[in-house]
Amino acid sequence: MSYVIDRRLNGKNKSTVNRQRFLRRYKSHIKKAVEDAVGRRSITDIEHGESISIPNRDIDEPIFHHGKGGRQTQVHPGNREFASGDRIARPEGGGGGQGGSQAGNSGEGMDEFVFQITQDEFLDFMFEDLALPNLVKRQLTGTDTFKPVRAGISQQGNPSRINIVRSMRAAQARRIALGGGSRKRLREARAELEQLRLDHPDDLSGIQRLQEEISALRNRIERIPFLDTFDLRYNLIVKQPTPSSKAVMFCLMDVSGSMTQATKDLAKRFYILLYLFLRRNYERIDVVFIRHHTSAKEVDEEEFFYSRETGGTIVSSALRLMQQIIEDRYPPGEWNLYCAQASDGDNWNDDSPICRDLLVRQIMPAMQYYCYVEITPREHQTLWHEYEAVAEHFADSFAQQQIVDAGDIYPVFRKLFQKRMAT
Amino acid sequence: MSRTPISTGSEWTFELIREYDQEIGRIAHEVYGLDTYPNQIEVITAEQMMDAYASVGMPLGYHHWSYGKHFLATEKGYRRGHMGLAYEIVINSDPCIAYLMEENTMCMQALVIAHASYGHNSFFKGNYLFRSWTDASAIIDYLVFAKQYISECEERYGIDAVEDLLDSCHALMNYGVDRYKRPYPISAAEERQRQREREEHLQRQVNELWRTIPVNPHHHTEADDAARYPSEPQENLLYFIEKNAPLLEPWQREVVRIVRKIAQYFYPQRQTQVMNEGWATFWHYTLLNHLYDEGKVTDGFMMEFLQSHTSVVYQPPFDSNWYSGINPYALGFAMMQDIRRICEHPTEEDRRWFPDIAGSDWLETLKFAMRTFKDESFILQYLSPKVIRDFKLFAIVDDEADDHLEVAAIHDDSGYRAVRELLAAQYNLGNREPNIQVWSVDRRGDRSLSLRHQRHQGKPLGESTNEMLRHLHRLWGFDIHLQSLDGNRVISEAHIPPRPEPEEERLPKFDLNIPPI
Repeated sequence: MSYVIDRRLNGKNKSTVNRQRFLRRYKSHIKKAVEDAVGRRSITDIEHGESISIPNRDIDEPIFHHGKGGRQTQVHPGNREFASGDRIARPEGGGGGQGGSQAGNSGEGMDEFVFQITQDEFLDFMFEDLALPNLVKRQLTGTDTFKPVRAGISQQGNPSRINIVRSMRAAQARRIALGGGSRKRLREARAELEQLRLDHPDDLSGIQRLQEEISALRNRIERIPFLDTFDLRYNLIVKQPTPSSKAVMFCLMDVSGSMTQATKDLAKRFYILLYLFLRRNYERIDVVFIRHHTSAKEVDEEEFFYSRETGGTIVSSALRLMQQIIEDRYPPGEWNLYCAQASDGDNWNDDSPICRDLLVRQIMPAMQYYCYVEITPREHQTLWHEYEAVAEHFADSFAQQQIVDAGDIYPVFRKLFQKRMAT
Repeated sequence: MSRTPISTGSEWTFELIREYDQEIGRIAHEVYGLDTYPNQIEVITAEQMMDAYASVGMPLGYHHWSYGKHFLATEKGYRRGHMGLAYEIVINSDPCIAYLMEENTMCMQALVIAHASYGHNSFFKGNYLFRSWTDASAIIDYLVFAKQYISECEERYGIDAVEDLLDSCHALMNYGVDRYKRPYPISAAEERQRQREREEHLQRQVNELWRTIPVNPHHHTEADDAARYPSEPQENLLYFIEKNAPLLEPWQREVVRIVRKIAQYFYPQRQTQVMNEGWATFWHYTLLNHLYDEGKVTDGFMMEFLQSHTSVVYQPPFDSNWYSGINPYALGFAMMQDIRRICEHPTEEDRRWFPDIAGSDWLETLKFAMRTFKDESFILQYLSPKVIRDFKLFAIVDDEADDHLEVAAIHDDSGYRAVRELLAAQYNLGNREPNIQVWSVDRRGDRSLSLRHQRHQGKPLGESTNEMLRHLHRLWGFDIHLQSLDGNRVISEAHIPPRPEPEEERLPKFDLNIPPI
């Protein structure tokens, strides 16, 4: 006696827990891989997961086994040339595909265990040391909101969406199409019968034959189903992303000699966070990279993060360039403007008041949000103090924060998110 | 007989699966008299198959990262198309559970039903190792108990503590089986009931063993010291640890026991790979051919079936890129077919080599072989010169004292017996795994545990030994010593924690006096 059971609808993710255990155990490896990936990727490239590789020896499960040496005898198949007593030079290295030896011959990457993590997991690992509360994380990684919109009629759908009129119409069309021939013949047969009865009322076999044909035709017509699954029509509803306006994100960074690569990497995290937040809220985002030392320049991302300059610092040059770009390409009426500025706080003392003026008079009124992070463990300099004055004017849309390590990045966003979630 | 096939297309339906199963079952039971457990055939998706794969063939298992690792590896291989999934997984339980994958064609489903639900199934029920070592009716119950118990432990003692313990147990899993005693049947209900009593009882026993207050110091004699504990060397390391490790908590002992029980459950499978697969392959081949002879399946079905059958039993030669040892399906199938041939159409050579089975009833002979042997003895008993010739088997000796490899024997008259013995020895688990036994415990001193490794043909231990000793150390809680012996001669020793080199101790240690910079 056998039972056949359909288990396909049972849960399929039985291994999820074990998979998480694995990720948990090799957290440090994965985190390191994620960190490398953050350095390698563009800040707008956050759509997919990452492939992680771990050296095989680190995830080995040891057992007692025989080592090399001693007297080993192996039986192999497929002998062509050997006779007993033959002596063969010992092959170098792996030993000609010998089973049992751990040396992976031919085939690179045998000593790396490679697997994929999902986008969510990637973001989790990336944000882990940013100390984000869960609510915000959900804001960042959550799916987009959609609005259901009618989009015509479909043959597939769920029962609650059946379009009755269209279904009945289709059913009728099918009934006509399938029954047309029979019905025509039925009409003819009836006419013939009528005729026969009039002309030859005593041709009983002929009458009976026609009567039988008529009842057979009737049966056939009746057997055509009134409504078939084939007829059903459904209102098609598609999900349309909720329309949202465009945003531009300016990334300003000081690239003078005093900014180290570590500082820049911190800044990069900060930009990614802002980018994620914007992506969540706006459908289209432009990112503009402006780097500056004594003069400012619009650059691509690669150059932004990885080229080094020397010399002094004039922050106002970057602000002026940004102002110029806004006027040329991003009219504030159409675009939401965001700016993230990272610096180690150095600026020519004479320049800082100019920055304040520029911000207060020209830039800030158009800005959605401006955040300034100072990545330095040292005392604040004049730029910070001037910016404090800006913050007094624009308490809602200006934030500044000193960052010493990655954990400090989050508070910069705190105010922003609170405001967003309130509306 | 009318040739009306059961189905002609390649799509399967549940009705068709039932119908094929009925037909195959009828032939298996009525024509060939196979004795099977009832079958439970479960249709699953590829994802579910990956899950089943990752849990090493247990329908439900406790959580552990190593299963996650298996899963990731399987998933990656499958997603990239590097490998197909197994056609089938079958579980030695009563009823016998076999998984069919949704993606397979009707032909493949029929093949799997014949292979797993009648081939493997009858092997599980008939073979002496499975009969005496596993309890098919209780295994699912026991796994439920194990899973529950371990997740309770995780809640109570933390995931890390349980995971560390399981790591160490898994490492020693192959040393957790009784080779000569039959274990008690296990069942979840009893297990839960007895588990609590056992905890207390065990702890009492261990306490007795490790008493530090002497009963009567005046009676302490030389003889007491000299008496070795255990009096006989113990080969079941996990059992010894479960019963004697001084510092394990009761729950830890129970976890050790769970791993040991599961190791015991899989032990027969590790010893009957060639026979088990050979038997199942032989039967899917025979049963489906019989179906064809009755006209129940089409020519197209047979072509598809033969195509996958031949790829399953393909044996690449030793110098091929695909060679990774002897394919158990190929060897097992060839030997089963060969036994049938010897019975039905013996040659003069067969009559010389196998006088007792040549010309006998093949079905009875084959069933006897299936019931009575494991791989090692099966090969020793039945590997015929013809199969050796067909496979062109040859033996290579690799002796470290010799700078050349030597061909010890090939498939010729003078070599048949040698090849057969050597191949059989290759399937002897006792030769494949290093022989390591508990030698003694220093009960009155530092409580250290001494193990002895008896070298097999001069083979040393592999490079993972130190790590293994650390796992042992974690379980035992005190020093571990391992001596490696060849005959009675001690070749090497290993210690955890490592002993300082004797030379170093004699040298004055200057480095301690260097002030930090």
